[in-house]
Amino acid sequence: MSQIEEISNLFSLKSNAMNIGAPLSSSRSVTVLLLSHSIPWTTRYNMAMEVTQILLNAQSIDGNVRKHAEDSIKQFQEQNLPSFLLSLSGELANDDKPVESRKLAGLILKNALDAKEQHRKFELVQSWVTLDSAVKAQIKTCLLQTLSSAVSDARSTASQVIAKIAGIELPQKQWPELIVSLLSNIHQQAPNVRQATLETLGYLCEEVSPNVVDQDQVNKILTAVVQGMNASEGNNDVRLAATRALYNALGFAHANFSNDMERDYIMRVVCEATLSPEVKIRQAAFECLVSISSTYYEKLAHYIQDIFNITAKAVREDEEPVALQAIEFWSSICDEEIDILEDYGGDFTGDSAIPCFYFIKQALPALVPMLLETLLKQEEDQDQDEGAWNIAMAGGTCLGLVARTVGDDIVPLVMPFIEENITKPEWRQREAATYAFGSILEGPSPDKLTPIVNVALTFMLTALTKDPNNHVKDTTAWTLGRIFEFLHGSTIDSPIITQANCQQIITVLLQSMKDVPNVAEKACGALYFLAQGFEEGGPSSPLTPFFQEIVQALLTVTHREDASESRLRTAAYETLNEVVRCSTDETATMVLHLVPIIMTELHKTLEGQKLSSDERERQSELQGLLCGCLQVIIQKLGSSEPTKYLFMQYADQIMELYLRVFACRSATVHEEAMLAIGALAYATGPDFAKYMPEFYKYLEMGLQNFEEYQVCAVTVGVVGDICRALEDQILPYCDGIMTQLLKNLSSNQLHRSVKPPIFSCFGDIALAIGENFEKYLMYAMPMLQSAAELSAHTSGADDDLVDYTNSLRNGILEAYSGIFQGFKNSPKTQLLIPFALHILQFLDSIYMEKDMDDVVMKTAVGVLGDLADTLGSNAGTLIQQSLSSKDFLDECLSSDDHLIKESAEWAKLAISRAISV
Amino acid sequence: MAPHDLRRPFKRAAISDQQRRRELSLQRQAQHRRDAQHQARCLASFLNPHSDPEPEPEPEPTDSPKELDVRHASKLKGAEARKWFARQLMLPEWMIDVPDQLPQDWYVFARPAGKRCFVVSSNGTTVSRLRNGSMLHHFPSALPSGARTKDSSGSAQSYSILDCIFHESDQTYYVIDMVCWREYSLYDCTAEFRFFWLSSKLAETGLCDPPSQYHRYRFSLVPVYNCDQAGLSAAYTGEVPYVKDVLELQDNGNLSTSDDPPVVFGCSDRAFIEQVMFQYMAQHSPLRIDDLLASINSLSDQENKPSDVEMVG
Repeated sequence: MSQIEEISNLFSLKSNAMNIGAPLSSSRSVTVLLLSHSIPWTTRYNMAMEVTQILLNAQSIDGNVRKHAEDSIKQFQEQNLPSFLLSLSGELANDDKPVESRKLAGLILKNALDAKEQHRKFELVQSWVTLDSAVKAQIKTCLLQTLSSAVSDARSTASQVIAKIAGIELPQKQWPELIVSLLSNIHQQAPNVRQATLETLGYLCEEVSPNVVDQDQVNKILTAVVQGMNASEGNNDVRLAATRALYNALGFAHANFSNDMERDYIMRVVCEATLSPEVKIRQAAFECLVSISSTYYEKLAHYIQDIFNITAKAVREDEEPVALQAIEFWSSICDEEIDILEDYGGDFTGDSAIPCFYFIKQALPALVPMLLETLLKQEEDQDQDEGAWNIAMAGGTCLGLVARTVGDDIVPLVMPFIEENITKPEWRQREAATYAFGSILEGPSPDKLTPIVNVALTFMLTALTKDPNNHVKDTTAWTLGRIFEFLHGSTIDSPIITQANCQQIITVLLQSMKDVPNVAEKACGALYFLAQGFEEGGPSSPLTPFFQEIVQALLTVTHREDASESRLRTAAYETLNEVVRCSTDETATMVLHLVPIIMTELHKTLEGQKLSSDERERQSELQGLLCGCLQVIIQKLGSSEPTKYLFMQYADQIMELYLRVFACRSATVHEEAMLAIGALAYATGPDFAKYMPEFYKYLEMGLQNFEEYQVCAVTVGVVGDICRALEDQILPYCDGIMTQLLKNLSSNQLHRSVKPPIFSCFGDIALAIGENFEKYLMYAMPMLQSAAELSAHTSGADDDLVDYTNSLRNGILEAYSGIFQGFKNSPKTQLLIPFALHILQFLDSIYMEKDMDDVVMKTAVGVLGDLADTLGSNAGTLIQQSLSSKDFLDECLSSDDHLIKESAEWAKLAISRAISV
Repeated sequence: MAPHDLRRPFKRAAISDQQRRRELSLQRQAQHRRDAQHQARCLASFLNPHSDPEPEPEPEPTDSPKELDVRHASKLKGAEARKWFARQLMLPEWMIDVPDQLPQDWYVFARPAGKRCFVVSSNGTTVSRLRNGSMLHHFPSALPSGARTKDSSGSAQSYSILDCIFHESDQTYYVIDMVCWREYSLYDCTAEFRFFWLSSKLAETGLCDPPSQYHRYRFSLVPVYNCDQAGLSAAYTGEVPYVKDVLELQDNGNLSTSDDPPVVFGCSDRAFIEQVMFQYMAQHSPLRIDDLLASINSLSDQENKPSDVEMVG
């Protein structure tokens, strides 16, 4: 990010903070900027002079000057938004001004129109919409005028601001003349105007949804863009802007891609642009191809041979940024075909599914050798560099995707390369061969791979100990991990790990955990999957004899001086987690011994005082790992009675530690600590009540954490755990919890994924406190009803929205279930009678939609039973009149899913009882 | 419009352990929510013995894979049925201290030695389940919907649940409580009402009649007394056709939560293995009958005392 962008972001962040309620700065040292329409023009002109200086000062290297300028700008914005925006657009449009002040003016203007955070964004849009239309018109004129500027930075900034305004206004059918006026620019002589206009069209397509622009205008935009890309366009800046604009405009081109002639034309121009002498144009053209590969996969058959030739040439000969895009094209085709083939394998619905064209299978004989060549182009030390991405990495990743797409067919094409290179003296060849082997382990069948792996395993184990090159060892350890991940486990017929080699494998891995951090990290990863493969192995695990040794080795890794490199410490704790999860009763006491050890580690993180922000971040990360590990241990020990009993001796100390972990942050709670508390609440049961007085405030804090919505979601889950642990002892805390949950539901700032679990949580609370839920009914029920109405119909929704709707329905239904069961056998049952009709109608309507998933089906038929069970004869007639009690119930009774069937049988009984009385 | 980042995960597992921790927690929570719902619903489908594979004959070796799947699913039900019943049958606690208001609030009876079980009738058959949820007998009985007879009053699916002890030597189910009658839950009713309902309904259905084709086992009532001196003595020394195990006391409030199990104390003249084990675990000796009788005397003494002292000074 450039310095200038950072500064402008800073402003938006600051004004953001103001909105959350930070008191307005009382500094009165700046008075120059109190502009208003009543100030005479001459004065305003002077102010404009001031604006330039302040914008320059805001980029000063002197911190005080900068701070002063930032404050002035902030005050100006707050005190008079219309003149503020006018001044900025005037500054941006004025060719007499320095480029630095113009650019910053444009960026501040852009940040006054849009923000990443949804709520803030909404506010900014509102303030633009309510602005005086004369002011808006003047700003737009300035911006369009800037597109003709000789200064490219000013033009480019104006393009972005225009697109932001278009993003607000076009959906509301305002600014209809924008596209017309931009298109008229295209025919101008001056290349800078054409370049800026194409760039604006590109940004516009990025900001605006395709359905707000009519097809006629789309056609004109695409015509202008594709013409600009054409080889006949002599100016490279124009051609580049057009190619980048097409990337964003592709989403608008569905109709045009369905027209053979137009599609042929677009594809020809894109392919020609990949051959441009200008590298940036070639790169942008390949980006278009990548985007086309996913958006218009089913239209590619005609062009795939030509595209292969173009990409193969780029991969072999072109500069890296271009070659990377060319490889990405094939990775993206793999993504598409993997998705399609997965759909084929699943329940084949067939209606709108795109057919597979098997492009990868057809290209295989040429594609694989091309990718294998890239593997030999490794960079030194790429394994130590987190952000590294080069042609060898991209090629290897693509090879892995190809293996997943075609399965067995890839094996004979890769084996000769492996055999030829794996023993070569040059490390690049050994590494490339190993990487190729590791890459193809996911996809082909175990039958095909097991014989090869049986031979390779010994070789790999030797290489991991003996190879002189770290890069080779890193890839070897990773490959071992892949072997264990895909070819070891209870589902594999012929095991590759036997009593004979288990000891050697573990010895080698534990030895490698002492190697350099990146190798040790991969060795931990291999051990992770080794343990995972023994998970379903029955009461006795082959790892039992080595358990103590493995745990000790992992703990030693976490204490290495260099454990913060290559995420080694994280890998060691994560492997410890998996080893614990997959452990058996035989090693339960050793798992129990881990509790005080991890507690001591967690205790140590609390000792540091006055931490720098870096240290604080490291502390928090380590606490996350340790809380995560404790959570896994608690969940393991809590899952059987004898170990749970033994574990309970530590409960008080653990809880005390968690509370201290919470206390060392001021405003947020630690997600991992919260998750761990959920596990603890389950293990302790009703005794958890004694921790509530102290814990409650953190629970509330977690529920209020909208920004880190994962924390909020986890906390909602923990409320459920606590309800089940405490039952009616949770009553004293329910007012606070319910208030917060209701607030969360009505907030538009909270991520939508948290809302379904909040509804489920209503059910948990009602089930725990029974008829005491009465006082919340008047708030919860209307909320549930309106959510039910929203989620009843999904017509026209995409897959994501259907999934979300189903999760919302499930939450709503779980709430109803809990409420009915909570009120059962209480004299207050009658309070629920008025809601019965609506709930039955909701069940009927989601049944009619025919798009509920199995989970919703099970919950829905359960609610039918709960309603009948609790309301009995009071609802008998209503139930008999509902569709759910007949067709839906019958469908559930004949379901193959035994959970659905079971709930349906229960519902049938409850209904027969309700209507028989 | 800068070039778009196309880096993909390199040498990384598809799912991070943190993601796994979150998902496993969610799974655990969902499972516990389901369990809580099951418990609340007192799942009626589990009462159906046909979902339990145990009484079925050994499977034919020629079974098709499809049939094996069905059996697998029904096995799950059986296990869940066992689990569910195991939860419902709570062990009584040993009485260590004498509760207040013993004569007013408590009932006493001599518990037969034998297997504590729930007897469940539904859908034309009867099933008894032990404390751990496993099935004891599967038989026809005179309970409502307890046998396949033409004369079945009410719906065939209606079910009833009795709390019993199966007394091995005379092959009799001694009924000590009623949980559910024709799907009417008695959980919330007072003990007094339950005992009244129990005796009148058992008489009505002829459950205590001698065994017959549609009524394989004998059922019998256990005499219940108020927990006063006379009642305790009667329960302790009274003649019964069964071997006494312990005296069991029940408070007369409702048994609405399974967290409040009935209270038990041991007979002074019998040492049963169970009792010894229980004593060991409780690390207290259960009360002896003498202690209890003594406490009733002192309670009645207190009652005779004037409750107020008149201040005249």
